[in-house]
Amino acid sequence: MLLYLARRILYTLPIAVGVSIVCFLLIHLAPGDPLSAVIPEGASPEVVAQIKTAYGFDQPLPIQYLNWIWRAVHGDFGMSIMTRRPVMSEVAPAVVNTMILAMAAVLLGFGFGILLGLIAGYTSGSLVDRAVTAISVTGVSVPHYWLGMVLIVIFAVHLGVLPAMGMGAQGSQTFALDWVSLRHLILPACAMAVIPAGIIARSVRGTVIEVLKQDYVQTLFAKGLPPQRVFVHVVKNAAPTVLAIMGLQFAQLLGGSILVETVFSWPGTGFLLNSAIFTRDLPILQGTILVLSMFFVTINLIVDLMQSVLDPRIKRA
Amino acid sequence: MISRSSPLVAAVTLVALVTAGPAAAEKVLRVAMTAADVPLTTGQPSQGGEGLRFMGVTVYDGLINWDLSSFEKPAVLRPGLAESWAVDEADKTIWTFNLRRGVKFHDGSGFDADAVVWNFDKLMKRDAPQFDQAQSIQGSQYYGTIASWRKIDEFTVEIKTKKPDSVLPYNLANLYFSSPKNWEAQGKDWNKVASNPSGTGPWMLKTLVPRERAELVKNPNYWDPKRIPKSDRLVLLPMPDANTRVAALLSGQIDWVEAPPPDAIPQLKSRGMQIVTNTYPHIWPYQISYLEDSPFRDIRVRKAANLAIDREGLGKLLGGLALPAKGMVTKGHPWFGNPTFDLRYDPKEAMRLLAEAGFGPSKPVKIKVIISPAGSGQMQPLPMNEFIKENFRDVGIDLEFEVMDWEALRGRRRAGAWAPENKGRHGVNNSWAFWDPDIGLLKTAASFEPVPTGFNWGRFSDPKADELVTKAKNTFVPAEQDKVLAELHTHIVDQAMWIWMVHDLNPRAMSPRVKGFVQAQSWVQDLTSVDMQ
Repeated sequence: MLLYLARRILYTLPIAVGVSIVCFLLIHLAPGDPLSAVIPEGASPEVVAQIKTAYGFDQPLPIQYLNWIWRAVHGDFGMSIMTRRPVMSEVAPAVVNTMILAMAAVLLGFGFGILLGLIAGYTSGSLVDRAVTAISVTGVSVPHYWLGMVLIVIFAVHLGVLPAMGMGAQGSQTFALDWVSLRHLILPACAMAVIPAGIIARSVRGTVIEVLKQDYVQTLFAKGLPPQRVFVHVVKNAAPTVLAIMGLQFAQLLGGSILVETVFSWPGTGFLLNSAIFTRDLPILQGTILVLSMFFVTINLIVDLMQSVLDPRIKRA
Repeated sequence: MISRSSPLVAAVTLVALVTAGPAAAEKVLRVAMTAADVPLTTGQPSQGGEGLRFMGVTVYDGLINWDLSSFEKPAVLRPGLAESWAVDEADKTIWTFNLRRGVKFHDGSGFDADAVVWNFDKLMKRDAPQFDQAQSIQGSQYYGTIASWRKIDEFTVEIKTKKPDSVLPYNLANLYFSSPKNWEAQGKDWNKVASNPSGTGPWMLKTLVPRERAELVKNPNYWDPKRIPKSDRLVLLPMPDANTRVAALLSGQIDWVEAPPPDAIPQLKSRGMQIVTNTYPHIWPYQISYLEDSPFRDIRVRKAANLAIDREGLGKLLGGLALPAKGMVTKGHPWFGNPTFDLRYDPKEAMRLLAEAGFGPSKPVKIKVIISPAGSGQMQPLPMNEFIKENFRDVGIDLEFEVMDWEALRGRRRAGAWAPENKGRHGVNNSWAFWDPDIGLLKTAASFEPVPTGFNWGRFSDPKADELVTKAKNTFVPAEQDKVLAELHTHIVDQAMWIWMVHDLNPRAMSPRVKGFVQAQSWVQDLTSVDMQ
């Protein structure tokens, strides 16, 4: 197991380096000047050159990359171009805020997804299955930002029962596990949960149907095992596949949603990325994308390890 | 004992609360900005006009301030931290400013000539300990003309410009003064000052949560008693999504929305919200090329393009939130003058002019314009440009677009029409401001003010315009300067220097609780008169 763990961690290193190069290059290859948003109207070429030097953009790209990655591995992601605040002081609170939203969406999305998937899988071919499948397909297909707007219009504007935006009455700093704060969480969490709920319901359904067809399940039934005991076997065998999908969905939720967070003015990583894109704040963009990609890589690693615990055959492969 | 007195105590408390409640209630104004972040709080705000509006004139003052008290006429300059100023009779590059006495920063320290010198060093003296790159960048649009500065005595400073420049007072209205003592108290760290800034303005920053909110409280000791805020607290929330701003207003989470989308106006009105509009120094144009390959070198083509546009129709497309342009500045503005070329909708005359210039149905004018799908001041650029394309097609102008994001477009404007990447482009749709004579008229019209230091993108070159620009720069009496600027504006409209479409009407939506706001004809606004009910 330890060897497997070491091997898997080693595999993530080239992925992490690759991700950092891609994220660096993509941002620098975009048309326009990286300092465009901060160069004032009427700035002379000398002023522009001074600003470029001050921000280190006068160096060749490979040198810029090496400087950036060297600092990044030491925990220094540079300074925001727009605000001159350290990037980590912007990204860290945004990650926490996104995590709060992601956890709420996970609870909702995974809970409903698994429940609906199991119901559909067990009642495969019936009207109930079709209804559940219709719901999950709708969940996958509905653009979540659009759903967010609809939820705002219904629950905030017309019914006036839930707030339309923000993270608590006084912002994220006063967010607590009380009703005043949680009210702000409900609508964005619902909007974020719909897609993972749909995807998980679909995959749980498929896997359950598959497992139920297996000979050993028929044998268990034939042996007269009570249905709830058979259910445990079904769930255990369906778990690795579902877990892989849940891992990816969870990582995606942790990445935040640019659109949902912007629609709800939720101060997470998506909102930060949106603002950084519009102001061309490259250090913020690079820092946020790198942190989010590392989330992805790490969660994939954890899921792989968990799968190998659930299904020892994976480890051998 | 307890059980007997409790109901009585409760009743008395309730009555006291009910009667005392309204009088003691804090008056809070909550504003949703279009920016995605709170503008820089240390002195020179980021986020363009919105930054100046909400984090400039609120927390800070300039040596000269804008007079924002009138709805009817364009905002003019008035004394701020300087009570008076004068240019030297013999050497027109030397200005003397007499500072206002008794002004205190929010931290209690006094404002004087040393503070002025310290702040100019902060922006322009790169080896000064307090030099701040972030503020320096934000202020450079306004201090570019300044060569040197010095203290004469405790309440007098002298500023020397690089060459005679009558526009200096306008530039000084956008340079703000932060407390030197506070910078020291915050460990000489501008990042710490950002959370605890100290200006001289009518509002004081109390809380800053980057990207989320800024809370300002009223400065009861503000030096101008007429401008002590009528509300107690001002909460600023960055909310880049227009629909979110509208929903937040309708659900009662905020009281004031910047730039509501035109299609939300009927709903806002039906829910009892106030929609406030006024003209301000904004124009939505095509800045055009005068290079060899540009059809706009021919004045008949320029005039035809200006006559082809149905500006009233364009205004309707925007829900009435745009005013048809008659030139760079609005009609009635002191710089408007008396142009003979009327920017009307006259497709027949446009076709006649094009025919005269050798174009026709079999030989349409072919032009390519750089546009963006969004951006500060760009209004609704895609539907507006499509509308204009139709108008142009009707008269025989074949308009092609090159669409790029807002910052890329700004980069292409700064590069000039002659830059290799702009080859074959005959215009750039970059919305424009005319808040001071430089940006509005002088640096756009002078042949010797090319981008990037000037604003002449397309190499417009006209001896009369050049002469008037030089004259305006050397006319130091404001009323006389206005006359020269009006003469210049008359000339550039008659020359159809650009293609001017509409002026934005700067809409804001507010809850009925917002009282006392006067929307000035300016990019900045005075929130001190707002009295929350």
